[in-house]
Parts: sequence; structure tokens; C-alpha cells
Amino acid sequence: MSNTSTHIRVYVPRDASALSLGAEQTANAIAAEAIRLGADIQIVRNGARGLFWLEPMVEVETPEGRVAYGPVQASDIANLFAADFLHGGKHDLRLGLTEEIPYLKRQQRLTFARVGITDPVSVEDYVAHGGFRGLAAALKTSSADIVKQVTDSGLRGRGGAAFPAGIKWKTVFSAPAEQKYIVCNADEGDSGTYADRMIMEGDPLVLIEGMIIAGIAVGATQGYIYLRSEYPHAFRALNEAILAAKNAGYLGTGICGSEHDFELEVRLGAGAYICGEETSLLESLEGIRGQVRFKPPLPALKGLFGKPTVVNNVITLASVPIILDRGADFYRDFGMGRSRGTLPFQLAGNLKHAGLVECAFGLTLREILYDFGGGSATGKPIRAVQVGGPLGAYMPESQFDTPLDYEALAAVGAMLGHGGIVAFDDSVDMAQQARYAMEFCAIESCGKCTPCRIGSIRGVEVIDRIIAAQEHAKNVALLRDLCDTLLAGSLCALGGMVPFPVTSALNHFAEDFEPRALRAAS
Amino acid sequence: MARPAIPIQLRNEPENNLPPDQSAAVADVLHRLKGVPGALLPILHGVQEALGYVPPDAVHLIALALNISRAEVHGVISFYHHFRSKPVARHVLYLCRAEACQSMGAVALEAHAKKILGIDFHESTADGAITLEPVYCLGNCACSPAVMLDQELHGRMTVEKFDSLIQATRQTA
Repeated sequence: MSNTSTHIRVYVPRDASALSLGAEQTANAIAAEAIRLGADIQIVRNGARGLFWLEPMVEVETPEGRVAYGPVQASDIANLFAADFLHGGKHDLRLGLTEEIPYLKRQQRLTFARVGITDPVSVEDYVAHGGFRGLAAALKTSSADIVKQVTDSGLRGRGGAAFPAGIKWKTVFSAPAEQKYIVCNADEGDSGTYADRMIMEGDPLVLIEGMIIAGIAVGATQGYIYLRSEYPHAFRALNEAILAAKNAGYLGTGICGSEHDFELEVRLGAGAYICGEETSLLESLEGIRGQVRFKPPLPALKGLFGKPTVVNNVITLASVPIILDRGADFYRDFGMGRSRGTLPFQLAGNLKHAGLVECAFGLTLREILYDFGGGSATGKPIRAVQVGGPLGAYMPESQFDTPLDYEALAAVGAMLGHGGIVAFDDSVDMAQQARYAMEFCAIESCGKCTPCRIGSIRGVEVIDRIIAAQEHAKNVALLRDLCDTLLAGSLCALGGMVPFPVTSALNHFAEDFEPRALRAAS
Repeated sequence: MARPAIPIQLRNEPENNLPPDQSAAVADVLHRLKGVPGALLPILHGVQEALGYVPPDAVHLIALALNISRAEVHGVISFYHHFRSKPVARHVLYLCRAEACQSMGAVALEAHAKKILGIDFHESTADGAITLEPVYCLGNCACSPAVMLDQELHGRMTVEKFDSLIQATRQTA
């Protein structure tokens, strides 16, 4: 961008959520009105800031900083121009300086540092905002040192299993092989999660940079991003960014003039939740049915096409550049206990201020739900919160003071997973939610393990009998027994963890499972 | 005395029953993608993108190109929810059934959608305008409930917004 340019920069997100609320129409209306009035503007399609109740959020660059307006519909545009919003003019939708919005100001954005700020597919913009500094640092040091820094940072897999990333990398690094792979798990199937999508649409280059660094660290020359087919916007943004990175010499042979090569390709999933499980994902990448593999052998030793493979989640890989740039200590200084760094919490469902909150581990659920989330969207009391996706436990109000870190949640029989937080108000029927968990498992089971394939169907039937008030005590006991079988008899987390939402609903919301007559009487 | 040799009956390759335009589309996809590592999913995506579904008659062509059995190809098509073996209507409407959307009224929206359209999931309206499919999360969980029409996402869906979306969709080709 030349300094002599006089046009005013206006930002309208291209993020799928913003588009789902009319951002495209808003952008078109701004462009049309600017032409009509002869205003010299440049519209930048940025990622979303993650304040979704304010989307479509339009920002204007002023000498004081970026000023936000929102939510802006196409019908507001004429009015905004009349109020001189191009110079930060007063208007009912004016939110002030974006950086000063409390929801944003109180966050610690490390992985999401650029999301919403830059043009996601502009290498120039990316570099101007600190991009590729992690790669530059990686190219100056040894592979072993990169692995050590990632290990020392305390970074754990952000996909849900929270396995230390450095240990995984070290295993692949130490495995001798002609060909190794970096696979990014972008099969973000958990309801209530959208952080991966926001990164891929809002700052795809940080993911690309993280994957290149991973490739250099372990000696892999080919990367795949396995993206769920439900994310067409992310697919487009990733491919645009890969092309831009390639044209700028960051992908291909001799990255930045070094001796390292790295190729990257996006592969689409096909609507199978199970393919978020790393071994199913590898099967799917190989072009076959996404059925879970036995471990061992670990994918780190025998992964894609039988070769040593790093499989990491989007956020894990996107957190690597800042670790290399700022150092392991910088990252590790955030967080608590064994949960180091930050986590992008995703506030979802029935919340007034649903959105992305990247903070150090250790915030309590209550702070997230009320200080950030603003309570329920419907104004009714929040009765249950499901943390960690469809296989996460339902937490009652009595557990809202639990700090959000991996260990603290595990201690109360819940799990943090990918950081999705779905709130329900008091109209929720927890017996129905438990039934849905089993139904979901039945639909999405890969079929390999009998307890998951058949047990989930039986689970739906047993819960139906409980709801119909048939032999209550006997069926509740049977359901718990079935959950035990699933827990102990499944290879992967789908069958192994579907008992969490079911038993947590039973334990904390037993009244919803009681016969209706009894409930009415109490 | 030597027995007369029994000639080995070579089973004929199944005939190509696809209409010429579909056959050409499949051939084009196979030509472009059969060499990539793990080619089957990219090929199925390519065929479905070109034709709207994966015709059962295309299965043996794909199997032949990849030197795998038809059963393997069929197994992959039927494993993944995204792949379809039947033609769809002009537009596909994906309704999210997952928890975040449930917390904002997706169950009622689903009932309304089925009633208004007069169809269940995996079915198409009589006028050939809309196929209804369930989906388990569109990643629009902060703007629930969500639906996706073809590749366009819509958030904070209400019954009123849904009805006008359907009306507008029916009017488009």
C-alpha cells in the first residue's frame, strides 16, 4: 500500500458467519454508494473480529485508529454515508475505536493476533503485521531446536486431546524415512466450535506458516489440510492464500532461498464427523472409508501412506509461528498448571454476546458465560452448558466456577476439548439432549467397534423408554451400564466419550429423566 | 488322453450405461485426478460437483481407473454423508441439527421446514426446487440456528426468514 494513496480503507468481513448475516450485501451497498457519491474508498474483505452479535461489523480507518460500526445492514449504508462514517462520524451504530471495545480489549490474542485486522489473502499485509517472522527464525536455527522450542512452549494439541505437540514432532523428527507428511486436521466437526474456520478464513497464512515450520522441523516436504466439506468459504480462502504464498516464494522448492521444500494442498472431507479422529482422517486422505485405525503404530511413525506423519489441529499449527517468533518462554508464560498459552474459547448457542474469546487458560466458565457472553440470548437463566463439543459433558450451574483448563475440567468429569462452549437456557430438556448424543453417535459411528455402532442405537432406545416412563430405575441402570461398555470398549473418542454428555445429563439433571407425572407433582 | 482345454471365459467389462454427457464428465474427472495420491475422494468430489451426484453407473468406471473393486468405491460413497447416489433438486438446503443450533430453536425450525416443504430429510420437493439435508454443524454456532443453501450460509434463522428464503429460492432457476 503506497503512503501517497488517499483512499479511505473500509473493512467488511468475508468471514462465513458475517456473510451469513448479510456482509456481502453490506459490502456491495458500500461500494455502490461510494461510486454514487464519488467517494474514494478501498474495501478490504477482512476476517471477523469474533464479535458476532455486532456482525456485519464495518470498520473505517481513521487517523485515530479503526472505528467500528455494527451491526450494519445494506439498508443502513445511505444513512452511514450521510453521517460521514468514512471519517468516523457519529451514528447510532458507531461502536468507537475497535481496539477499545471491552470484549476485544480484555482478550489476549496471540494466535488470533491478525484475524479481523489484515486482508487474509495478502502476503504483503501479512508480513506488514508480523507474519513470516516465525518462519524466518525457524530458517535460522536447526530442526532439533525448532522441536525443542515447541516442546518448551508447553503447546498441547488444540483439537481436543491436548497431547503435547513437541513430543509428537520429536517422534516424527526422530523417525528415519524418505518421505514424511504434515497433516492439518481441519475437520472441525464439534458443534459450538468455529475457531479453526475463523483462522482459515481470517488469517490462513498463519496456518500455512505453521505448517511450513512443522515441515522444516521434522523433515517433511508435503502437507495436507484436511478440510471439512461444510466449510466452502474456508476452502476458497485457503486456496487463495496458498496460491499467494506460492507466488511469493514461501511454498514450493527452496522456500525463501533455503534448501527446504514444502508443498501444500487442501483436501476436502465428505461430511463424516469421525474423520476428525486422526487415524480416520488419514484413512480418508488415502481415499478410503474413514474407519478408525488401531494404535500402535502411532501416526507419528506410520501415518499417511504408512509414513511418519504429524497430525495437528488448525489452532495448534497456527500457534507455532508466534512461538518461534517470540520464543517458547513468551508463550509458556500464559496459562496455568499444565495448560500453557492461550485458548480461543468459542462462545456459542444461547448467549447474548456469542463470539471468539482468546484468553490464557484459567478463566472460569462463569466469567466466560456472563462477563463475556452477557448471559443468555433469550434472557432466561442459563441451565446447562456443554463444553468441548458433542462428546463433552453438560455442566450445571454448580460447576460454573470451574477454571477452564484441561486438568480442572477433567477433575469434574468434563473436558475442554476444542474450546467450544454451548449454553442452553432453562427451556432445555436434558433427557432429549442425552438422547441426541446417542443418536448423533449412531449416525456418525464409523462402525468399527460394536459398542459404538450398536450400543449407540440401543442407547437411543433405552433413553426413549426412560422418557416414556417405562421401568425407570431398571432402564437408568441399563443406560449407565451401556455407557460403561461404550467407555471401555471403543477404540476412539466417539464411542469412548459419548457417555460424557449422557451420564452428565443423568447425574446433574436427573429430574428431566423422571416420569412426567412425578415431575409435575414435585 | 488329454482333456480338451476349456476356454477361459473372460468376463466382459460392464457396459458404460451413462448418458454421453455424464460419461464425458466422469472421464474428464478421472483424467485429471486419477494420478493424485489418495485419489478416490477427490474423484468423487469432482464427479458430484460436475453432475450433482455420483451416478451408480459411474462406479465401475471409477473402479476401473483406480484398479480397485466396485465394492470399494461403493463402500466409500455410502460411508460419507456428503456423497449422493441420486440426483438432487436444483438447490440443496442443509439444516443444522447440532447442539448450538438446538439451543436456539433448531428443533422447531426443523419441524417447520419439513412441514412447509412437505418433505423429510434426504427428499426433494415435488417441484424439483429443493432437497432437504441434515447437517451436523456449519461452524456458525455464534449465529444459531444456521442453514446453508447450496454454498451460502444463513444465520440466526427464524421461521419468517426461512419462509422468505424458500420463496426466493423457488423462484430461481
